[in-house]
Amino acid sequence: MKHLAEYRDADTARRLAAEIGRLATRPWAIMEVCGGQTHSIIRNGIDQILPPEIEMIHGPGCPVCVTPLETIDKALAIARRPETILCSFGDMLRVPGSREDLFAVKAAGGDVRVVYSPLDAVTLARSRPDREVVFLAIGFETTAPANAMAVQLAAREGLANFSMLVSHVLVPPAIRAIMMSPGNRVNAFLAAGHVCSVMGTWQYPPLAEEFGVPIVVTGFEPLDLLEGIRRTVAQLERGRHELENAYPRVVSERGNEAAQAVIAEVFAPVDRAWRGIGVIPASGWRLADAYAGFDAERRFDLTGITAEESPLCQSGEVLKGAIKPSQCPAFGKECTPRTPLGATMVSSEGACAAYYNAGRT
Amino acid sequence: MAEPPPPDVAGFACPAPLRDRPQIVMGHGGGGALSQDLLEHIFLPAFGNPVLDQRGDSAVLDVAGLLADGGRLAFSTDAHVVQPLIFPGGSIGELAVNGTVNDLAMSGARPLSLSAAFILEEGLAIAELAGIVSRMAAAAERAGVSIVTGDTKVVERGRGDGLSITTAGIGVVPAGVELGPRQVQPGDAVIVSGTLADHGMAIMSVREGLAFEAAIESDTAPLAGLVAAMLAACPWLRLLRDPTRGGVATSLNEIAAAAGLGIEIEEPAIPVSPVVASGCEILGLDPLQVANEGKLLAIVPADEAQAVLAAMRAHEHGRQATLLGRVVAEHPGIVVMRTALGGSRVVPMPIGEQLPRIC
Repeated sequence: MKHLAEYRDADTARRLAAEIGRLATRPWAIMEVCGGQTHSIIRNGIDQILPPEIEMIHGPGCPVCVTPLETIDKALAIARRPETILCSFGDMLRVPGSREDLFAVKAAGGDVRVVYSPLDAVTLARSRPDREVVFLAIGFETTAPANAMAVQLAAREGLANFSMLVSHVLVPPAIRAIMMSPGNRVNAFLAAGHVCSVMGTWQYPPLAEEFGVPIVVTGFEPLDLLEGIRRTVAQLERGRHELENAYPRVVSERGNEAAQAVIAEVFAPVDRAWRGIGVIPASGWRLADAYAGFDAERRFDLTGITAEESPLCQSGEVLKGAIKPSQCPAFGKECTPRTPLGATMVSSEGACAAYYNAGRT
Repeated sequence: MAEPPPPDVAGFACPAPLRDRPQIVMGHGGGGALSQDLLEHIFLPAFGNPVLDQRGDSAVLDVAGLLADGGRLAFSTDAHVVQPLIFPGGSIGELAVNGTVNDLAMSGARPLSLSAAFILEEGLAIAELAGIVSRMAAAAERAGVSIVTGDTKVVERGRGDGLSITTAGIGVVPAGVELGPRQVQPGDAVIVSGTLADHGMAIMSVREGLAFEAAIESDTAPLAGLVAAMLAACPWLRLLRDPTRGGVATSLNEIAAAAGLGIEIEEPAIPVSPVVASGCEILGLDPLQVANEGKLLAIVPADEAQAVLAAMRAHEHGRQATLLGRVVAEHPGIVVMRTALGGSRVVPMPIGEQLPRIC
């Protein structure tokens, strides 16, 4: 925590905010890609100390929020089966499917467990050979290495009762989709620091070049975020569009090559539907053919699952940055964290939940 | 054909040596000799006091003297379930005593007597029960209360989670002490008695097998002594609340709603120990929403705040007492935090259980 205190110093934060105010001569819209960054901005009130010229747009980088409803419904169907144990990260439990959430399935007798690592699910599969253990593998590039390692481990041990419901998503295709969407207002991106710690930064210079947009790799603490914003504004004001790394204590250009190798062996690119946004080409990972035996979608009969989104929910517009959460007509009325219509109101990283919980209306 | 010999009824004895079993069996809840065994070998030796030793169907307490000078009776109950039963810093036994003692203390009462009802699961080790009961007796002694009546029931294996304990208690509120949301005024100080989130993180670290850099211990403690010291320093305390489940965020929201006033707290003032802060950070939990079992929130007239803080810091359970914020007339029913950076945000009422985040 002493280490973290360095990146939360209030005086330095105010100095950085003042510096951004001196740099900014006209309005700029900057999107933070990652949900963790959104929460840090709202929790710490960073947007409130920025000059009025700077508008932060909250991006689609919350894995819980963009996981398609159909995947949630499949997880619910798996969890309802008497022979299965469904393992998930905690914040997926409250995400509503078409009709119910994992908490409801658990209350009705389904075996649903919160784990902190996919390796915990492998351990469970080893100790419960009488049950099918399924891990709900969602997330961006950040969670992919551990998920891939869990599959490798299960394969090495020949654990026939372990499988994964995979719905991995990737940041660079999402940035491309946002820049190509007709109503795009984004002038610059803060790239997600933890994704880049795995994948490196080499994927981003071509995007900055193609769309003429500054991309600054940014961390999650208040001073990290302010420094990332300062650098994007400096680029925008000078008419530049480059990749910069404002999170060098964690991120290198090449990233974690061992992790990338594990991912490349276990996963293969796939077109992925993003909840509220639609299908983005090559924007996700599925299990590679060599590991298809661990694919829960093949192991269980999940046909006939059709997902129905709430017609009121505008989370897609929120995730693309077209509207602020509080501009959705259902925000705080039909849709609250207690009665969420979409995942952005559920996840602790979701933009709607961040707004609601911080009292932004 | 010869008649079979008549059965020798007089010499009959059940061959199963039930009374020597090391585990709770259904018969321990049957009200017969096995129930008596538990009472005589486990509960009476630990809790023994003149009222309990009467072994009546109810405890008869002489409280007329305590109420003679305008004191009023406080009455509260608290049910306890926790896994594991024994955890760093305490057990379900301490929780069961301190939970009710603290509920009484939050009304300004001096706790007097508790009842304790035990629901035992078939198969619970009697040695484990005895250990928890002796911890409970020690907690009662520390809190200055007697356990004067009780009950045990046994449920079938798989239907009881080991052991649950429900306590109820009575205490006396001294004349002139009037705590409640109606007393709360704009400008009042909001004080917290020490570091937050220790209990919840201690339970989570053992339950989930998470090892942090140092062991996190539950803060379970009786707060009646601290409350007495605070009332001695300032008999006009407005309101006390122990922020257990749902943490300080829940208690502050309840206070703001009940008083019809706003509350403002300062982020840098929130006391959290470094190891608990790290644990919350790793799991994506908010220490304001995590349970405490030995802390209190006090709403105090602003000009008495320093005197109350001094009295608290002189007491073993209030050494790290600190000013957290203030009551305001603005934004009634809403708790607002001023962030270290100079922004602000609403501190919401938590919805359900806190969920560790994906990344």
